[in-house]
Amino acid sequence: MARIIAGVGSSHVPAIGAALDNGKTEEPYWKRVFSGFEKSQEWMRETKPDLAIIVYNDHASAFSVDLIPTFALGCAAEFPPADEGWGPRPVPVVKGHPALASHIAQSVILDEFDLTICNKMEVDHGMTVPMNLLFGKVDKNGHWPCPVIPLAVNVVMYPPPTGHRCYMLGRAIKKAVESYPDDLRVVIFGTGGLSHQISGPRAGLINSKWDKAFLDNLSKDPQKLVKIPHIDYMREAGAEGIEMVMWLIMRGALDDKVDEVYRFYTVPASNTAVGHIILENRAKSGKAAGRRRPAAGRLKRAAARMKVERIRS
Amino acid sequence: MAREQHDYDDIPGTFVFDAERSREGYGINMFCMSLMKDENRKAFKANEAEYLKKFRLTPEQTEAVLKRDYNRMLELGGNIYFTAKLGATDGHSFQHLAAVMTGSTQQDYADMMLKGGRSVDGNRSRAGKSAPAKFLSGRAAKAKSAAKSKAKSKAKSKPKSAKRK
Repeated sequence: MARIIAGVGSSHVPAIGAALDNGKTEEPYWKRVFSGFEKSQEWMRETKPDLAIIVYNDHASAFSVDLIPTFALGCAAEFPPADEGWGPRPVPVVKGHPALASHIAQSVILDEFDLTICNKMEVDHGMTVPMNLLFGKVDKNGHWPCPVIPLAVNVVMYPPPTGHRCYMLGRAIKKAVESYPDDLRVVIFGTGGLSHQISGPRAGLINSKWDKAFLDNLSKDPQKLVKIPHIDYMREAGAEGIEMVMWLIMRGALDDKVDEVYRFYTVPASNTAVGHIILENRAKSGKAAGRRRPAAGRLKRAAARMKVERIRS
Repeated sequence: MAREQHDYDDIPGTFVFDAERSREGYGINMFCMSLMKDENRKAFKANEAEYLKKFRLTPEQTEAVLKRDYNRMLELGGNIYFTAKLGATDGHSFQHLAAVMTGSTQQDYADMMLKGGRSVDGNRSRAGKSAPAKFLSGRAAKAKSAAKSKAKSKAKSKPKSAKRK
């Protein structure tokens, strides 16, 4: 049986991709951002998932305003990086997992989530930046460490799906994954956010208090987040901060109780507050690994707390 | 027809790209989308007004594009991820556009971001709603749990005043 073992939340700021592609990672401004993901890459190397489901949004790359699907699941065998106006990012083509993707589509549609199926789709920085942050830099001619099933969510045109709808879709994805016969260890990513507004006279808005509360509740009390109305996201976390609903798909796909093993937060990257969290499902009791986990979790949590960058007020 | 009123119209300095703006701004956004191709960028730069005719913009929209009035473009249905492509065609960084939209210099805007960004305090509402969203009011949550613990202590028949001493 396939199962989801962990969830990753990560911002997907395009400038992070540009900094990586243009060799600026050692500049102090960017080092501050990238250093926050060193532990995460270590965690990812240790965890070695067989597959990642990545919830992200397209930014006028694969989808213009001709088609605006609310939820679009990538069922193709591969997803080329999109040309976002400066040529495609120099990253490898993302390999898909059509068998599990179509299984998920079939399962969640019968669970009343009316997905759009994409058998051909390019993917932009919304997906490839978090992949770089978690998997590290991968040469254009190299290979990403695992196949990926992309789930593109409309958060560009208002209204995006509600937080509750996102959370419930996560639940349905969990059920779908767990009914897949092959033994696959799956990590699910929620990307975007955290607080930011990049449009209009209020551009530049950041709300660290909101972001912290969001991360706290994501680990401990996601039901509280599920009830947040769109107006609150836009007012408090910026017009584009509404992307954070995508993190709730990731959270919905995890168990009710999770271990927060890592967190990182820094302001700014370009116009955005960068947030990152790793949540692990607790291993089923009875297994040796399961007994060892909590202690490891506590240690990692302590380390994570020390890493969290204090936000300038 | 006048624009429908929505709760989010109360957010200052913000043009929410909703279904109505998406409909009205289709031409602007598809024009911007066309700028992903180099040949189109060149054609646009060679004769902007002529190039725009292909996209059935309203006169107001055409004027906003020609004048690079980014806020007006958003108001008339442009979306930032699309209009940013126009900025890129002009050779501008995103922070340049942000500075233009916020009416500041690029340096001032960059400094503001380095100092933690624009505060939400004073920027929540046109109508003067200044209280943080319910989700953030830790006080309500604390009051709730305090009430709970009070209820518990009541069960142990401790008088309320004893706790305060």
